[in-house]
Amino acid sequence: MSGQVDEGLRSELQKQGIWVTSTQELYNWGRRNSIWPLQFGLACCAIEMIATAASRYDLARFGGEVFRPSPRQADLMIVAGTVTKKMAPQIVRLYNQMPDPKYVISMGACAISGGPFKQGYNVLKGIDRYIPVDVYIPGCPPRPEALLHAFMELQRKIDGQKLTGEKKAPFLDRKQPSEFPVPAFGAHDLEPPANPDVFRPPVVERT
Amino acid sequence: MESLEEIKARAERAVPGAKITIVPNPGPANQPSLLLDNEHATAVVQFLRDDSELRLDHCSNATGVDWLDRKVSKKVKVKKVVEGEEKEVEETQEDLFPGYLEAVYHLYSMTHKHGPVVIRTRTKDRAEGARLPSLTPIYRSAEFQEREIFDLYGVRFDGHPDLRRILMWDEFVDYPMRKDYREPDDYEYEPTPHDEVLEKAKQHQSTRPELDGAEKLTARS
Amino acid sequence: MSAGFHELEEAPPLMTSRLEGDLLEVSMGPQHPSTHGVFRMNVALEGEIVRKLKPVFGYLHRNHEKIGENTSYLGSMPYTDRLDYFCSMTNNWAYALSVEKLAGIEVPERAEYLRVILAELTRLQNHASLLGFLLSDMGAWGTPLMYAFREREKILDLFESLSGSRMMCDYMRFGGCRCDLPPGWMERARKLVDGFPRFLDEFEKLIVSNEILIARTQNVGSLSSELAINAGITGPMLRACGVNYDLRKVDGYGFYPRFKFRVPLGDHGDCYDRLMMRALEMRESIGILKQAMEQLPAGPIINPKVKLRAFKPPVGEVYGRIEGPKGELGFYLISDGSANPYRYRVRPPSFVNLTILEDLCLGHTVADVMVILGSIDIVMGEVDR
Repeated sequence: MSGQVDEGLRSELQKQGIWVTSTQELYNWGRRNSIWPLQFGLACCAIEMIATAASRYDLARFGGEVFRPSPRQADLMIVAGTVTKKMAPQIVRLYNQMPDPKYVISMGACAISGGPFKQGYNVLKGIDRYIPVDVYIPGCPPRPEALLHAFMELQRKIDGQKLTGEKKAPFLDRKQPSEFPVPAFGAHDLEPPANPDVFRPPVVERT
Repeated sequence: MESLEEIKARAERAVPGAKITIVPNPGPANQPSLLLDNEHATAVVQFLRDDSELRLDHCSNATGVDWLDRKVSKKVKVKKVVEGEEKEVEETQEDLFPGYLEAVYHLYSMTHKHGPVVIRTRTKDRAEGARLPSLTPIYRSAEFQEREIFDLYGVRFDGHPDLRRILMWDEFVDYPMRKDYREPDDYEYEPTPHDEVLEKAKQHQSTRPELDGAEKLTARS
Repeated sequence: MSAGFHELEEAPPLMTSRLEGDLLEVSMGPQHPSTHGVFRMNVALEGEIVRKLKPVFGYLHRNHEKIGENTSYLGSMPYTDRLDYFCSMTNNWAYALSVEKLAGIEVPERAEYLRVILAELTRLQNHASLLGFLLSDMGAWGTPLMYAFREREKILDLFESLSGSRMMCDYMRFGGCRCDLPPGWMERARKLVDGFPRFLDEFEKLIVSNEILIARTQNVGSLSSELAINAGITGPMLRACGVNYDLRKVDGYGFYPRFKFRVPLGDHGDCYDRLMMRALEMRESIGILKQAMEQLPAGPIINPKVKLRAFKPPVGEVYGRIEGPKGELGFYLISDGSANPYRYRVRPPSFVNLTILEDLCLGHTVADVMVILGSIDIVMGEVDR
């Protein structure tokens, strides 16, 4: 464990060409530098996502340039754009098809809460009603730099995940669900309108 | 292009029995339209498309409009016998105009490069009688747009080859673009409601007694 | 002839020339790498040949029209950016033009010139990215898209320094534009326009005589001019069939009649023509840009008489349209004299252009469907609204 080796000693050893590490660090280092996102865009934000992956912003610097068209090969779902009620079941299904460990970035105002289209009858007011989200990026659409920042935040999160012990990462806990029920199309709305196991909104006083 | 009156006169001559009304359009835009009767609409439009002078071969836009029941009150002077003598008394009369749904088409000519000629058809009412003749057999471009009108307004187009919902899912029962449509109740989760959203949230909450008192809770996370 | 000989001729062949069997139904999309967003097609295949194709819409139906009817006229302007999110400037223009027609508002000369410049820049970046996407749909994964996005970023930088946002510019207002050019903008724009033909030369060298591209696009998805007119096809797709109908010439909105430019026309209406139409239109756009930048007059950029905040147009209705990069973009507005439009309708070019998708794809292989769809140039934000 890295905790058992003194930081100063570690860096001194590193200067001499000896690298001391732990399985957890090595494992997380490998995971965080090869996040494969699902190639999946919904609306305007998807264009900024493509711009992030293109030559100027170059997502490859963070190891995330391998966009996979199949959810079976993806680690990360970037929900880029407005989630409509007609699309929401498909997104939950795609999330369920992704293998663990999996992460979700909710990109843009629409994916967070419905954004400017919140008052639309066919707009889902936030993808976190059905699936858990790791990083939220505000913006309409967020700039490519913001997506890069979200990527770095996610890498930080992965770095901090423990493999053993009480506080081990949720995907290692067998009791934690990795699939969530897919909502059905109802006569007026999706059924159910939110998954209560995932969605716990704050209640604010209204006068 | 000839004036709308001339088009109307020629179309009525070409299609016997057709009733065409010119709907004036005030304002600077000045795009008046032709209101067609439902029985002869297809024949008139066929004429507009095939006539060599008009050649309105490009149906650019097709859309629906919802007009609710309107009450128009006006003051009328009525002669009445009041206390034995005849007097002229002002009374307010309320006229009820039943609502209807409308389909509006904008026709242009790609051959002669003129237009637009705006045509409209009206349904009898907003319920069972919401039927209109489809122009898809004449203009292919109306195919998806008429499906959209059916989906969002609930106008049934007779003669449309494939009339299904297009934007909403098939199980959906409402017609969301109608003016009296009320969207489903998912505003209670709004953490920071304001303006219209707050009004809507209040409306929804008053209809849900089981949520009574929920709005009095203090903020928690 | 003897009866025996006749019988021999009538006898069925021992083997059928092709396999008979049930049609295979495939649902392509809504999550598919090359459906340009959340578009879905239900395809019935016989082997690899498309026998039936039904598009399914609505996966990005975000109720633009309903929201537009519940908000003020000015309040809809930022929403128009998000219709066709590649071309926010032309969307702004179409909406501003319709409202100006509805309320009878004059636009100052400088604003009209700026609009032309921005619309043509939008056309450049839209067509460039379309070519990149189309090539990556065909399997040229990566490189052409990178080239296209390199040029697009330069134009987006111009938009950003002008309006504050890369994609959602929200730049035009009824009666003019929101703000004047920042210092040095014109020089940068001139430099970009002067350098753009180099990119086009390079790109055309990549595509024009590329054997694979020709095999994939020529005689694929041919469209006749009669069907195109009847189905309301507009934009480069219509002109690829040889129909000379460009609203910049026909309606002569803005100051387009003052500029010299040609309208490129195709003659087969296949995917190759549609692709080349974009490349040629970019050349013409560069010409328009050069003229407009030279003639740009000084003066106010917005009509001072227009009260944007409490804007209430007179009662009436209007249909205004412009030539967007994807085709005829129209707005149909009904005003009842109040602050909100009674009816707010967008006539989306790519939605109407999809009407003939099935006709184009029938008889082609399933791999061609992606090429045909890409050549139509759709953006789901506009198709579903």
